[in-house]
Formats: sequence, C-alpha cells, structure tokens
Amino acid sequence: VNTTTDRIEKTIVLRAPREKVWAAIGDAKTFGKWFGMEFDAGFTAGARVTGKIVPTTVDATVASMQERYAGTPAEFFVERVEPPHVLSFRWHPFALDQSIDYSKEPMTLITFELEEVAEGTRVRVVESGFDSIPLARRADAFEANEEGWGLVITLLEKFLAA
Amino acid sequence: MSEQAAPIFAALGDATRMRIVSRLGGLGPLSIAQLTDGTGMTRQAITKHLHALEEAGLVTSERVGREVRWRVRQEQIDRARHHLDRISQQWDSALERLRKTVEE
Repeated sequence: VNTTTDRIEKTIVLRAPREKVWAAIGDAKTFGKWFGMEFDAGFTAGARVTGKIVPTTVDATVASMQERYAGTPAEFFVERVEPPHVLSFRWHPFALDQSIDYSKEPMTLITFELEEVAEGTRVRVVESGFDSIPLARRADAFEANEEGWGLVITLLEKFLAA
Repeated sequence: MSEQAAPIFAALGDATRMRIVSRLGGLGPLSIAQLTDGTGMTRQAITKHLHALEEAGLVTSERVGREVRWRVRQEQIDRARHHLDRISQQWDSALERLRKTVEE
C-alpha cells in the first residue's frame, strides 16, 4: 500500500516504441479513444481543452461502465506537452455531477512520463494534489460517483497506512 | 458501499481521529485512559472523537470487567481495502486500454 496521501502512481511497460506510445498519449483524439473521451481541441501547453465522456472503443466492459456517464463534460488544463516524453494536465477529479460548478475547486495534476526501456516504453502516470481537495467535497464526490478514482484514495491511504 | 462510505471518510478526515484509529489498529483494544495518555488532550475530547468514529461504524466498545475498551471494526477496514483496490484498478484498467491501443 502506498503510504502517501497526496498522490496515486502507476507504472506500466508497453511493448511498443516510444514514438507510438507518445502518439497514443499526446494526441488528444487517440488519447480519447482508449481513455473514453472526445475533446474539442488538441493538447497544447497552456490550452484549456473541453472533453466529454464517450465510451472507449478498446474495451467493451469498460465502455458499458462509462455508458452511464456518456456526455459528461470535463475540463483539461494542459500544462506540459513535451514529445515524446511528457504530457501533463490538471482536472477536477470526480467532477461527474453536472449540477455542481467545480470551477472554483482545486484541481489534481496528472502527469504521463514516457521512458525508453529494453522491452519498449515505460509509462508512469502520477495524479497528485488530492490533499488540497476539501474534506466536504471528498465525501460529496464519493456519494456522487462510486466509480470515481482519487479522492477516496487519499483518505483510505491515510487510513490503511496508519 | 457508497451510502456508508461518506461518513467513514468524514470521520477519518481529522488528524486526531485518524491517530485514534491508528493506535487502536496497532495496539488492539484500549481504554479511554490509555488512548488519552500522551496526547495532551482531555478524556472528554477523546471520548467525543470515539463517538464520532463509532457513529461512522469504524470502532466499537466492549466492557471488560470494570473497564470499557475500544477496538477497530476489522470488517469495516476490509471493506475500505476492497474499495481502495477497486479504485486502483481503474488506473490499471486505463493503462491496459492504452496497451491494447499501442501493442496491437
């Protein structure tokens, strides 16, 4: 169990060249296909890009889970676009309740880092900044979205690491 | 679990309560006197926190002789663990979809 309370970190090694992996991450359209979103613009540093949930085309089971949120908007504030190794953006985690204005709330930062390794490409994903999300919001967010990631982990990790 | 989760997280979102749960988890059932020891807090304050945790279903008390001892409810921790695993799996799932996209 990860003992930090502020971040989630995942690493995967993909058997594909880094350029190809970068194309799947740094290109908003391709990113959206596996992630399950459609964007109104490409990823460029400093851009604010609006996405909406569109069920992924690469996994039927996940797609059926995303179906109930189809059309839900999400704002991506793109920070770093450094081909072929870094993409980062901020967003409002758990922002799935369309009746709530999330714009004043703190955001988490998601960073994808790509590294060439013998087997192909290592991708590290870090989502950080959960500690700045207000407590009341964490509880609300959790009620609003049982499937959501992130905020819950913050408290659970505190709990489990105790 | 969603209906019960919110009070659990609210209960744990406090440093003192987190510390109480941590001590009960590590040291087994403890009395209020033992829990108060070394915290610089009053028994009343600790009791108040224990009742908040009890309401969230995270701890429970039992009488042992003349003493009341508090303990963590393990089944609640197991549920929390289960949920943590599920959330973590969503990241894994997203990365597996990325794998499908680039390794075809």
